[in-house]
Amino acid sequence: MKSNPHDATGPHAVSRRTFLKTFGTSAVTAATLGANNVARGLAQANAERSQGPGAVGVTLRVNGESRTFSIEPRVTLLEVLRANAGLTGAKEACDRGTCGACTVLVNDTPVYACSLLAIEAQGADITTIEGVARDGKLTALQQAMVDRDGLQCGYCSPGMVMVLTALLRKNPHPSEAQVRRAIAGNLCRCGSYPRIFAATLAASGQKPVTKLNVISLHDHAVA
Amino acid sequence: MPWPKATRYLGKETPRVDGPAKVTGRAKFTSDVAPAGVLHGAIFRSKWAAARVKSVNLEKAKAAPGIKAAILAHEGEFDVRYYGDEIAAIAGTSKQAVLDALALIEVSAEPKDFVVKELDAVKTDSPRVAAGNANLTEGAAKATGDVEAAFAAATAIAETTVSTPTQVHHPMESHGHTVQWDGDEMTAWSSTQGVFACRDIFAKSMNVAQNKVHVICEHMGGGFGSKFSPGVEGALCARLAQAAGVPVKLMLTRFEQGLAVGNRPSSFQKLKLGAASDGTLTAFEIYSIGTPGYSSGANQGGGSGGASFPAPYIYKPAATRVKQGSVAVNAGQSCAFRAPGHPTASAGMEAVLDDLAAKLGMDPVEIRLKNDPNEIRRREYVIGAEKFGWKEKFKKPGASTGPVKMGVGCAGAAWMSGGRGTQAEIQVNADGTVEVRVGTQDLGTGSRTVVQVVAAELLGLDRDRITAHIGDSRLPPSGSSGGSATTASVSPAIFDACENVIAELKKLSGLDDPRGANWKVACAMIGAAPLQVRGKWREGLSTGGAGGVQFAEVAVDTETGFVAVKKILVVQDCGLVVNRLTCESQINGGVIGGLGYALYEQRVMDARTGFVLNPTLENYKMPGAADMPDIEILLIDMPERGVIGVGEPCTVPTASAIANAVANALGVRVPDLPITPDRVLAALGKVPKETATTMAERSREVESAFASVAAAPGAPWVDGNSGCHPYT
Ligand code: FES
Ligand code: FES
Repeated sequence: MKSNPHDATGPHAVSRRTFLKTFGTSAVTAATLGANNVARGLAQANAERSQGPGAVGVTLRVNGESRTFSIEPRVTLLEVLRANAGLTGAKEACDRGTCGACTVLVNDTPVYACSLLAIEAQGADITTIEGVARDGKLTALQQAMVDRDGLQCGYCSPGMVMVLTALLRKNPHPSEAQVRRAIAGNLCRCGSYPRIFAATLAASGQKPVTKLNVISLHDHAVA
Repeated sequence: MPWPKATRYLGKETPRVDGPAKVTGRAKFTSDVAPAGVLHGAIFRSKWAAARVKSVNLEKAKAAPGIKAAILAHEGEFDVRYYGDEIAAIAGTSKQAVLDALALIEVSAEPKDFVVKELDAVKTDSPRVAAGNANLTEGAAKATGDVEAAFAAATAIAETTVSTPTQVHHPMESHGHTVQWDGDEMTAWSSTQGVFACRDIFAKSMNVAQNKVHVICEHMGGGFGSKFSPGVEGALCARLAQAAGVPVKLMLTRFEQGLAVGNRPSSFQKLKLGAASDGTLTAFEIYSIGTPGYSSGANQGGGSGGASFPAPYIYKPAATRVKQGSVAVNAGQSCAFRAPGHPTASAGMEAVLDDLAAKLGMDPVEIRLKNDPNEIRRREYVIGAEKFGWKEKFKKPGASTGPVKMGVGCAGAAWMSGGRGTQAEIQVNADGTVEVRVGTQDLGTGSRTVVQVVAAELLGLDRDRITAHIGDSRLPPSGSSGGSATTASVSPAIFDACENVIAELKKLSGLDDPRGANWKVACAMIGAAPLQVRGKWREGLSTGGAGGVQFAEVAVDTETGFVAVKKILVVQDCGLVVNRLTCESQINGGVIGGLGYALYEQRVMDARTGFVLNPTLENYKMPGAADMPDIEILLIDMPERGVIGVGEPCTVPTASAIANAVANALGVRVPDLPITPDRVLAALGKVPKETATTMAERSREVESAFASVAAAPGAPWVDGNSGCHPYT
């Protein structure tokens, strides 16, 4: 996750989480801060609004719209989207950052929504699969996924579309190897990968070769 | 068969009708359904591999904030039989409330001895999984001809011992349901392969009439054989919803998927195959054991998830002796898994066949042409070998030079498939639009699209004039989606219904053919009440019996042990191709599943704790984008055979072909699937001494397990009746 939603959180220069992270990862920092500084830092972090236990108000900008949810700080972005915001496009399949079914864009970077706390996503621009096709019109990638059958059960598809949307924005003409790399963090149990590769290449104006031929047995001699 | 010859849709590429909904996130899967006020449900599971549960205290959990219902899986004392067995379930207003409350459940239990490894469980001093019963059961025996004499007369004999892993389904959408009660009527949104089967099982387990249960499965995220029944989680969800008086959603976590909702049984197989000098197979013997989990199954011949499998697979040596055992262990129970029994059967048979070919100095394709009883498959070998460049690529085993060795292999598949009873209803509206209703479900195979294109073809309409309604137990009945039977069950019923529509419209309009340019005129006469017509599955439009062969090319790095599959060529017959696009996707999926079986997937049990060590997707390795070989497919078009399903045969031979290609590359067989780098290095003798000692110890254990199977009294052979049998 490259994006740092805290950059945009305004008055809270240091959150409890980032404070502890800094404290925990750097002995030098801890030493130079000194005991008083540590105490002050903790007190400041603890005074923040986004503190448990119990529900707190969390404001998220999802698909261009700001909404405030009353949730516990331990709730993930994925859960808020699915359970509170009614945006069920992002799927939960592992809930621990291995499958990519929950992928959303946070400031244009694909992120596993199951592995980001909702409070950490405050201030960021979140795009879910529901926000990709505007005015009910499929994007070229979505259309190619349909036309090239880049899906079977379709449970992995929202995650795949999000990752590949981000790829095509950065690299409008990826090679198959680049497509493979882009979805290395997305699992598809139905085995739709070959057609997802084909769909992505087709969406970027390239011509993937067809891998299926229908032949007649009668044209072939008996062994 | 009466299917039209000149077609607009059949045999063509039709994108899925629900594709746009699925790529935009609009499609509501079972896990997305959330009726107002729905609670979050979860199961409390056993942390013991075996224990006597004396009592369970739910009081603290019930009193926890947000908890609305807490129930026991069993009344009174009971045994838990595996790590993950169900003990209780709770429902609350949020996932967090439920997670907190799960920690408050108190269980008093007496842990018992347990056994989780097959080879330990067959030992006479092993803890018993079911008190009073031997762990090793069945020992089912089948013999034809004089096996000893046939082996004595054979020119060459190969003996091969292989093992296959317990493979876990792991559909991307987990198992689960949302249940809502309205008085004594229940509605279940289920992630299922059979809305009618779910309805009937729910009715029974909840003790309500079948007409009071409504099961809906609009979209579901994969099943692969593991979602035929609502499962324990279904019953618990329904009971929670009853207790809470509001709807409850209970979707399992990925972790639970790895423990409790089915798998493909493991196998250890000791095979012996003999042939005459011309390669004709004359004698065959197999001893096998495997585990289906805590309850040892009773069906042989493969089918619904028992540890046995069809043997001898495909080939028919004159003299055969088959003895298959099933051993119980303290682990989650198996169930049907895409082509139950067949990939396991194929892994042993195709391996010993290649080893025999090597002894005879025969080409693997030649020995198959000589012995495969099925004519279509023999032709597929010829066609495939030519396309694959087999003659140029095949070298004697181990002939490839350099640290990265290339190898090729092939294998065949047999599958019964075929169709069965389904009904369909077609409604024609006065504006000429059509609604087709059939109570099947779409697992990702494209059944909704099949419904639409078959009707469009036969009524001569643009497909966007037709809406397909499926996934609901209030629609005309259809069977569960399994045995590769859905397309062959559904298409004939729609065919029949379309014929009836045309007959009715003829009567109504007096037109000779109400289709085409006449359609509008004919429909205009329908009036206010739409025309509703039924159709039924009937003979003569679908058949069973799909064969297929696959060729694999691999590169094996003998320094790291890493196997890269370069290419898989599939030659598959499937009768009348209904939709090329979705058919190709299914074949890709079958191949990729087989690739996982060959190289990556295995449930790992810990003998000391009884835990599943890899119930998550970071440790249970499934094929990913980076692992994809070049998959090429030749579909044999045989419309005269009618519709034949293809979802299962295409997954059967992949692992065998890959394993044979690895053996061909190395000149030595890696006997255990999955073929992981450590096993490749072990087969090459590149392992430290301790490992070699452990391996020797293990092979002694394997041998003694086979001896136990051989010695077990032979139960009578019962052929399974699951519709999953091989055709020849
Ligand atoms: S659900 Fe987030 S990565 Fe799997
Ligand atoms: S299409 Fe089913 S998981 Fe990818």
